[in-house]
Amino acid sequence: MSVRASVSDLDRLPLPEGRADAEGGEAKVTGSAWKLAAYVFLENRLAVVGLGVVVFMFLFCFAGPFIYHTDQINTDIANLTQAPGAGHPLGTDNVGYDVLGRLMVGGQTSLEIGIIAALLATTFGVLWGAIAGFVGGWVDQVMMRVVDSMLAIPTLFLLLVLAAMFVTSLPMLIFIVALVAWLVPARLIRGETLSLRSREYVDAVRVMGGSDLRIVLRHIIPNTIGTIMVNATFQVADAILLIAALSFLGLGVPPPATNWGAMLSDGVSYTYAGYWWLIYPAGLAIVITVVAFNLIGDAMRDAFEVRLQRR
Amino acid sequence: MTGFLVRRLGQSAIVVLGVTVITFVLTKLLPGGVARAILGPRASAVAMAQFNHDNGLDLPAWQQYFFYLGQLLHGNLGFSYHLNQSVVQLLQDHLPKTLILLTISTLIALAIAIPLGMMQAVRRNKLEDYFFTSLSFALYSMPPFWLALILIIVFAVNLNLLPPEGPQGAVSTYLDPGKIAALVLPVMSLALVTIALFSRYMRSSMLDNLVQDYVRTARAKGVSTTGVLYGHVLRNALIPIVTLLGLSLPGIFSGALITEAIFNYPGMGLLFWNSSQTRDYPVLLGVTLIVAVATVVGNLLADVFYAVVDPRVRVAA
Repeated sequence: MSVRASVSDLDRLPLPEGRADAEGGEAKVTGSAWKLAAYVFLENRLAVVGLGVVVFMFLFCFAGPFIYHTDQINTDIANLTQAPGAGHPLGTDNVGYDVLGRLMVGGQTSLEIGIIAALLATTFGVLWGAIAGFVGGWVDQVMMRVVDSMLAIPTLFLLLVLAAMFVTSLPMLIFIVALVAWLVPARLIRGETLSLRSREYVDAVRVMGGSDLRIVLRHIIPNTIGTIMVNATFQVADAILLIAALSFLGLGVPPPATNWGAMLSDGVSYTYAGYWWLIYPAGLAIVITVVAFNLIGDAMRDAFEVRLQRR
Repeated sequence: MTGFLVRRLGQSAIVVLGVTVITFVLTKLLPGGVARAILGPRASAVAMAQFNHDNGLDLPAWQQYFFYLGQLLHGNLGFSYHLNQSVVQLLQDHLPKTLILLTISTLIALAIAIPLGMMQAVRRNKLEDYFFTSLSFALYSMPPFWLALILIIVFAVNLNLLPPEGPQGAVSTYLDPGKIAALVLPVMSLALVTIALFSRYMRSSMLDNLVQDYVRTARAKGVSTTGVLYGHVLRNALIPIVTLLGLSLPGIFSGALITEAIFNYPGMGLLFWNSSQTRDYPVLLGVTLIVAVATVVGNLLADVFYAVVDPRVRVAA
């Protein structure tokens, strides 16, 4: 989202303390730029924690159901909204699904949608931004005014309109999320392309007879890889939040499929009954996952910044 | 300055025009078109053709667009067949309620975030700084509707202190002593997220200014720490916050949509959400247009303010 991008920009500015120590510390490391970036990334303890949490979440959601068997298709009317206890460590929900098992299944959808939507949005946004920035002139003007106009509509409003109109299936939902998420990467990459296209190596490719397409795909886009990867990580976090909000507002995927947001949506009616296990686990799962992706994104930004400084 | 203003106004006008194109294209993309959406899934082909003819929907697309644009310029945002009211009427009823919510929560957020960010910058990398940085990081990563739910559970269900529903009825009564309690939870859930964002910005902005040469000059002249902090650093650090206020308008609108939906607060966001449930397209597109225009105007004002306060912006642009 646009706000996120600007926060990142501010964080980029040099800090008076701390940062300098980090740079002095890794001067001993030699090797490729990627190795250096990986080193700086791993130096950041919070990032390693974030990575660990993401790996854990994937294991929990995708491998968990093989160890912890629950029926997530047939409802169990005899055991509705049972409090956590023997047999159901996190209780059961309003139609008798085991909440712990539901967290795993719901997490699969949340993570899948988040990652696929982020990939789609990033790919499209990067191509759009790189082409606009490279071609320039009125093409750039038109392409970027499209981005401006779409960014002027608050994300959730645009998303709800599109969802009310078109969402009937999971692939459509992913597509719609990507449709509102590609704008920020497009703007970021266009900015970088503007400065990259006047570099000597672009002239060199041209002199050697390389086509414009080759310059954009083989030279400009690979040089923005830092921005792309950092933004893609934040995009995953944003997409998970967006899907959750959309499902919570009742425009998500139809049952028995679920995701963390939809679980919360189902649990809301029981707020007054005191069924906390319908509210806290799913919400915590979202927060932990999003914090983890944000930590990774922050650390990657630092890592790639160092790479650029050393060149 | 005039050149900057003209250029910036022109850009904004183009973006607003772009938004009208988007809302227009969306009506064209409706499955079955506007006729299907309004007449229902079982309308006959004849009835749909008649509807299209009556409403000029059988004309070429560009003619329809200019007709639509003309209607907008005359203040006609469409008619909700579902609520049997014009969209403008609906907005007159709901918009003031949203504005109250947004104004109060944003003012509270600023009043807390600015001193908080300052404190964090001054005490950077100390315990307090780490604590509030982690807190704002968590708030920022939290789904806003979940935060609102927790507030309801704690303050309305467990402690039974505050009503779980937003105020109802005429907007003029919202600040009455008897009703103001109903505003607390919606305002709080909206403000907490904004505080997290603003204090992060304020902290970075203060840190940027603390290392500037003018700080060293002031200190060398013998200005006290408090004097430098409030007289010089704070004033300069506040400038980006104004821009941030303009830029975060879309985020605040989205937040209001969720807050209103959860607390059944009868503002524009709730209207929009209900319309999305009933697929009431004229309302959806009308409200979308209004929030988009508000966003563009907000950005414009922030930019102009920035240019007035900071001459460097004018020269660079």
